[in-house]
Amino acid sequence: MEHQAHAKLGAGPTAVFECLQRIPCNPCADACPRGAITVKEINDCPTLDVDRCNGCGICMTHCPGLSIFVVDLQYSPEAALVKIPYEFSPLPVQDEQVDALNRQGDYVGDARVIRVQKSSNKTHIIWLAVPKELAMEVRNLRLRKEPFHD
Amino acid sequence: MMEIELLVIGAGPAGLMAALHAAEAGAGVLLIERSDRLGGQLIKQTHKFFGSKAEYAGERGIDIAAKLIDACEKTKTITIWKNTPVLGIYPDGVVTALHQEKFCTIKPAKVIVATGAAEKTMAFPNNDLPGIYGAGAVQTLMNVHGVLPAKRILMVGAGNIGVIVAYQLLQAGVEVAGVVEASPQVGGYHVHAAKLQRHGVPIYTSHSVKAAHGDPFLEGVTICKLDKDWQPIAGSDQYIEVDGLCLAVGLSPLTELLWQAGCDMKYVAELGGYVPVRNGNLQTTEEHIFVAGDVSGVEEASAAMVEGKLAGMYIAALLGYQTANYEPELQLAREQLAALRSGPAGEKIRNGLSKVLCREVG
Repeated sequence: MEHQAHAKLGAGPTAVFECLQRIPCNPCADACPRGAITVKEINDCPTLDVDRCNGCGICMTHCPGLSIFVVDLQYSPEAALVKIPYEFSPLPVQDEQVDALNRQGDYVGDARVIRVQKSSNKTHIIWLAVPKELAMEVRNLRLRKEPFHD
Repeated sequence: MMEIELLVIGAGPAGLMAALHAAEAGAGVLLIERSDRLGGQLIKQTHKFFGSKAEYAGERGIDIAAKLIDACEKTKTITIWKNTPVLGIYPDGVVTALHQEKFCTIKPAKVIVATGAAEKTMAFPNNDLPGIYGAGAVQTLMNVHGVLPAKRILMVGAGNIGVIVAYQLLQAGVEVAGVVEASPQVGGYHVHAAKLQRHGVPIYTSHSVKAAHGDPFLEGVTICKLDKDWQPIAGSDQYIEVDGLCLAVGLSPLTELLWQAGCDMKYVAELGGYVPVRNGNLQTTEEHIFVAGDVSGVEEASAAMVEGKLAGMYIAALLGYQTANYEPELQLAREQLAALRSGPAGEKIRNGLSKVLCREVG
């Protein structure tokens, strides 16, 4: 399976769609408050107007496939921001160091949790600061010490 | 004998939607469910649904179930009988059921059979060891009763059910040793498989289960690689230590009542087995009997819900309860179904349906 993101990144945080198979699904388009996401026919893959996207991540909580991420390459001089949809318990906490995993679940580096954004529909969004060169690789996280979580 | 305008058999996604839409239009409905809970498989579906807003896309199955059940329970013109197996449908139109431990008879003007589907299983040595489950049982234990089925599990089948249940197992804290799939490709949606892969779960395509081992319960499974003719390749055996094996190898429609009622049936592999011949309004060859959901062909729950809505609205109109928006709403439901089935993911369903639709209506 190919998981090459086809979106070009905007200046700030931008949604990255790893939704590359034509399946009948379009809640992301309905979710976007800025009208940045288009799914023409329900089986089409979504297209993003990067100029309208501000990387808010609302689409991430609605996507049934958990296939949307938000990437900000300009987060800081050293680090990029990657927002990950996360449906596991316990949740990490702010400032925690976690393992950054790639699309195959392999450890590729260290990440710091910037923010844990809880969602009422239980697809929570974890903001990770990762080394810039890993921005398009990191797509999951692994907690290091479970006992300290609630 | 109880007389009713519409009898709906089965309170899963199709049956609930059928009952709601028929009652909304004005029909008196009796909704019968054999288990002690309404919702069918929806009550185990902790994942978010695909589809469009009209099919509750982006919402979790359990939340959709709660909404539909609540709406049915609040509708005064829907009578709900739980714990009630339907026993037969007879040529004079009488339906028999076991209700509150008493044999009873019902005379409905119309019937919607929405009985769903049953899991298929697989033959291999020791497939009866404790620790070997169907995916439905795993979901029932885990998501309905909060019981872990195993500590380390191997999934068989990379269709949507296999990859979704494997992900739910991870969420529940079960280690997933891998997903074994006989075909060379993942059959489920790739985004579901990607969720597993980024948790490091290997997917063994072109592999199958050769044997299970353990005494007195499952301790391990031997899998082997398959060649392009789906035959085991000698020397490719691999032993995987697990205490759970989950079979997600397909479903077949639960059609006993339709056979017994005398509906014309046809074997359509793409739809999961024998399914009733019907028209575009889900009407079978027995004029007063309709179908909706997996009993008419195994598909996603989103399609089952739209079929239920369509059949419910159509029957209400036949009974004389035609709402002002009937025509456009029926047309909309047809378009919804067509859209859900229109892409490459719906090709199998489209092929199957083309063999079993006796005539196109509308």
